Amino acid sequence: MDLKLFEAAKLVRSKNAGPFFLTIDILFSSQDMFKKVIACGVLNEALISEIYGIPQHEVQGYICEEAMALKYSFPRPVTAGDFTDTDVFGGQQHGPLVNIEIPVELGAGLNGTL
Amino acid sequence: MKQVSEVRVLAATGMLGSSFSEETFQDALRLNPHVIGCDAGSTDPGPYYLGAGIAMSSREAVKRDLTIMIKGGLKQGIPVLVGSAGTAGGSPHLEWTLNIVREIAAEHGLHFKLAQIDSEIDKETLIRYMEQGQVKELYPAPPITEQSLERLERVVGLMGPEPYMKAIEEGAQVVIAGRSSDTSIFAAVPIMHGMNHGPTWHAAKILECGAGCVEHRLYPDSMMAYIREDYFRVEPPNENMRCTPVSVVSHTLYENSNPYELVEPGGVLDTTESVYRQDGERGVIVAGSRYRHADTYTIRIEGVEKIGYRHIAVGGIRDPLVLKQLDSFLDGVKKRIRQKVKSSTGLPENEYQLQFRVYGDSGSMGKLEPLKYKDAHEVGIVLEVLAATEENAQSIMSIAWHTALHHPIPEWSGLVSQIAFPYSPPSISTGAVYRFALNHIIEVEDPLELFSIQYEDL
Repeated sequence: MDLKLFEAAKLVRSKNAGPFFLTIDILFSSQDMFKKVIACGVLNEALISEIYGIPQHEVQGYICEEAMALKYSFPRPVTAGDFTDTDVFGGQQHGPLVNIEIPVELGAGLNGTL
Repeated sequence: MKQVSEVRVLAATGMLGSSFSEETFQDALRLNPHVIGCDAGSTDPGPYYLGAGIAMSSREAVKRDLTIMIKGGLKQGIPVLVGSAGTAGGSPHLEWTLNIVREIAAEHGLHFKLAQIDSEIDKETLIRYMEQGQVKELYPAPPITEQSLERLERVVGLMGPEPYMKAIEEGAQVVIAGRSSDTSIFAAVPIMHGMNHGPTWHAAKILECGAGCVEHRLYPDSMMAYIREDYFRVEPPNENMRCTPVSVVSHTLYENSNPYELVEPGGVLDTTESVYRQDGERGVIVAGSRYRHADTYTIRIEGVEKIGYRHIAVGGIRDPLVLKQLDSFLDGVKKRIRQKVKSSTGLPENEYQLQFRVYGDSGSMGKLEPLKYKDAHEVGIVLEVLAATEENAQSIMSIAWHTALHHPIPEWSGLVSQIAFPYSPPSISTGAVYRFALNHIIEVEDPLELFSIQYEDL
């Protein structure tokens, strides 16, 4: 069964980590869903590289077990607040991730709960 | 300061001026904190504030927060520390904040020793450190060129805890500091008491956002940390909020590119082995946080260059026939604007920049937007001009919006108006435009060498 990412995760967000870096957080509310999403291999540095036009080696990916979260950080294509910047706070760059299809084996329940 | 078994640190709120519940704060004071701290700045709102020398916050809101904090600190006999004053922590931002503090003292008949710590670095000083080979790039760093140095408007260094410690040692009861590493505001007093750096720095990292690390933050509010020898505890003083292990650990993700290695001026906070467990209904204990002292003390610097002056015009396009050919329409508008600017002003194309943002299409993500607007019944358009002077920006924008407004499409015969401007005047100046020009560190011998402290008896 395919879930959209927003149905599996409790939070998907982007934010500046300083004016030169963007960081994407994907948080889950159960270890079970967290592990299942990682296992299906859709979310990774290659995906982020493609969506944000960043060379893959410049994407730093983290699997945060205790927080049940995935994090991807990369240099902003344009420094925050520069003339061609579109998003000073960096908070609206995660849109393309929200509806990504995740082929997860599910028992019952949505929105990251099981 | 004497060695104690526990140091209690109270963060008034996450950002000075964002407010906190006075009731929560008074409850927190009854828990006998050793210090009250508050972060007053951030680079989040962009380069403008550092460049223009103004604060982002409401003056009244900052005054309200400071009044409660200062009165509380004086009553308890504990220091009040504010860092990154006035959003950007430069000299004018510091002075703006100090004036508010002086007003508070006068209006409430308060007498205390006030310390101000300046973090602005002048161009000559920066160049001297560069020539001595002490300025190093972080990643990614805009290269420092002769041009960027010339256009550099203001530079600040992010101070560690040492300047705060010095001010407190000299008897300051209220410290208003320029740009600081957020954590240094909260790490200073625990370090003075000899607490271990691991729990101290990790607690400080959590405190800088006030009640940001709770499960459901109802409104910005205070946070308490209880720092002990090899662990610390966080618990919001507001009984309606609670911390959970997940809410606290998730917080290290927020606004950090790497949640495990957090670089500070004197070393690195390593949270790789940190463990989080619930303690009581609303508290969390964190153990296992480590701090690696660096061989060289480094001060991160922020700096902005002025890149010109900007005018914008905002409006809507609702005509379905224009929308159906929007890309070619806007291309045509741009070409026509450039022709008219050239013939009316003589300004060469490389002396100004012209930009359109189309909301409903790619306003938020620009070139990265994977979708194309389709069947949108309306788009919002922002016309933008950047030029070397305010006068040039105004002159070019006047031509630009008027040209866009009356640009024809082949389907309609007769004069048309293609943009719904909500305002008269259709265009406005957004003033000087700045850009972050530095992502560097300065290697220093002495943590205090870039910062000057002055005292005032109020």
